Amino acid sequence: MKKHYLTFTPYCIWIFLFILTPTFVVLIFAFLNENSNFTLENFLNIKNYFGVILKSLGYTTAATSLCFFLAYPISYFASKIKSNMFKKIFIIAISLPMWTNLLLRTYSWMTILENNGILNNILKSLNLSPLKIMNTPIAVIIVMAYDFLPFMIIPIYNSICKIDENLIQAGEDLGANNFKIFKLIILPLSMPGILSGFSIVFVSCACCFFIPRLLGGGFNVLIGELIESQFMGSVYNPWFGSAISIFFMLLIILIIKITQKFNKTETENLTI
Amino acid sequence: MKNFKHIIELKNISISFNKEVILENFNIKIKSGKFVTLLGPSGCGKSTILKIIAGLLKPDSGETIFNGENITNLPPYKRNINTVFQRYALFSHLNVFENIAFGLKIKNLPKDEIKERVLNILKTVNLKGFEKRKPFQLSGGQQQRVAIARALVNRPKLLLLDEPLSALDVNLKQEMQFELKEMQQNLNTTFVYVTHDQEEALTMSDFVVVMNEGEIQQIGTPQEIYNEPQNAFVADFIGQSNILNGTMVKDYRISFANEVFECVDKGFEKNQPVDLVIRPEDILIVPEGEGKFNGVVDTIVFKGAHFELEILARNIYWLVHTTKYYEKGKKVGLNFSPDDIHIMPKLFEQSTNIIKAVAVDEQTISFLDVEFKTNEFKLKANSKVKLIIPPKSISLVSTDSADLVLTLDSIIYKGSYNEMYFYYEDEDENDGYILVNSEYEEEVGTKLGLKFNFNEVKILN
Repeated sequence: MKKHYLTFTPYCIWIFLFILTPTFVVLIFAFLNENSNFTLENFLNIKNYFGVILKSLGYTTAATSLCFFLAYPISYFASKIKSNMFKKIFIIAISLPMWTNLLLRTYSWMTILENNGILNNILKSLNLSPLKIMNTPIAVIIVMAYDFLPFMIIPIYNSICKIDENLIQAGEDLGANNFKIFKLIILPLSMPGILSGFSIVFVSCACCFFIPRLLGGGFNVLIGELIESQFMGSVYNPWFGSAISIFFMLLIILIIKITQKFNKTETENLTI
Repeated sequence: MKNFKHIIELKNISISFNKEVILENFNIKIKSGKFVTLLGPSGCGKSTILKIIAGLLKPDSGETIFNGENITNLPPYKRNINTVFQRYALFSHLNVFENIAFGLKIKNLPKDEIKERVLNILKTVNLKGFEKRKPFQLSGGQQQRVAIARALVNRPKLLLLDEPLSALDVNLKQEMQFELKEMQQNLNTTFVYVTHDQEEALTMSDFVVVMNEGEIQQIGTPQEIYNEPQNAFVADFIGQSNILNGTMVKDYRISFANEVFECVDKGFEKNQPVDLVIRPEDILIVPEGEGKFNGVVDTIVFKGAHFELEILARNIYWLVHTTKYYEKGKKVGLNFSPDDIHIMPKLFEQSTNIIKAVAVDEQTISFLDVEFKTNEFKLKANSKVKLIIPPKSISLVSTDSADLVLTLDSIIYKGSYNEMYFYYEDEDENDGYILVNSEYEEEVGTKLGLKFNFNEVKILN
């Protein structure tokens, strides 16, 4: 038993120093004003930014959904690959973009989506009218979905791979055709993967501030950017920044808790 | 639907995986309303047959006839056949009720009927009140019952069971065996049951199909299978037995253990070598001198309901079951009656090894990748010869010091040694079996090293 505690200690220290303490500091800050007096004003102030919060949730939901609809078919067909070598190649191909810097990937999307970018040049050469995607919500959503796609694919892929072949056979045996097998067996049993992918991508999209800044054209201030500007920008107000951080964090936890109600496989435990 | 005498019929089924032939021209007919067990060691193709009937595997060739209708190309979900899978295969995201209702919901039956049928079947499998439980909240036996209920609730004409009791402990297993048999009789459904457990097969079945290496060895009632095994494989696989080599001197007379005995079998050729079996409970221990011959108790083991003895008599270790205790070393007589001797044609016809070989030069002979020198003959180079290799001149050694490495195909204990058959195939595609008599006990399917004592090999021109 003693050994067990010993190996656990570094993680406890880590969690305490880098997760619990900063969260606690943010929590304290949220209840203070610039003269270090107790106040609830920061929280009351949040209501002026409901528009930003709603817009952020809208963007995030759209990007996460797009990500899911791209990821599920990919994961499903990849799980059907029979050869182990091709499976490995698939996993590497999926995780390869994660090895490049997130910022770099975002910049490269700018060169694709720009008004004179790669996409429009291709359209032009096909005699089609150019699209104005850059600096619109669509650009933000596309790039968010792209950047976090591997985080959606891998858990879903894993959960589909884990489904026992016997269960599919049992379904066929009980009279289910391929569509019914997908709907009644594969989809519900891959729910744990869908939900963990959803949680990770949703949180990442919600908190991400440079994608909307780089591709949103500066007109679309989202929550991440708003918080960042409270700490780093000209408006310097870390007390309000803390309050809105705490509020947004609770909101996301609430949303994820609600989505987890859809999970019927109780044997699986999720992180949040 | 009209009921045919045979619910299922497999015609000339062949199937192979990765070029390994599992079944070749396999034929079987299964009678309606019976409890039929496919019994055999693992890898004998019994589960493959089940999957072909269910439609989960497609045979390379051959036909599946279900109730008079050719269903070879019908996908599994269109067959009125249900399966109980080996490891239950319950849907973990559904509760007991939803698991059992799965098949009925797919058929779009009215909700009231689904509810009634599910609740009824839960009563049948003794799981009343478990509707809301999830599979992981159930014990192994309860999960097994849910799996059976999930299949039976669809009222299939044919229920397939793939070693459904293999994961249960002994007591539960026996209880479930009894319940399964009772269910089958009450529902009047045909059960096709797959197992490698001979006791299970004998307890439950109306008919047992004993299989080995993709071939049917014997079909019969449990009593027939036990009392009249058709060959040494069946006798060895079903229960304990004394299997010996014998010779049919003439009708009703068999010679074994250096003596001719009276028996009840006839119809063999004169002096035909045969296998014979005497069940351990059929041998009686009598005072010395009063039996067929005398022997000495070699070992005695208490088995609860009886003692298991090995008695050494005439160089054969006789396995005997008795309720009385005999001290080790005690001299006794052994007795049996003519109808206790069950005579079977030999699995393999050969009683020694005759193998084609080539003389490489005057004194070197080559066969099956083996070369050896002989001083006996002056041979002509490249001439063909035949070798007679006595089974006792071949010994089993580790594969790296062996003359030849072959896979063990069959092993039967013959009272004082194991009779082993190894399959071989040479470059010219001549194939056959090498017979080895050895004291070692080995598993069928393992690769073993053979070493020849070339002094005992006879060379024929």
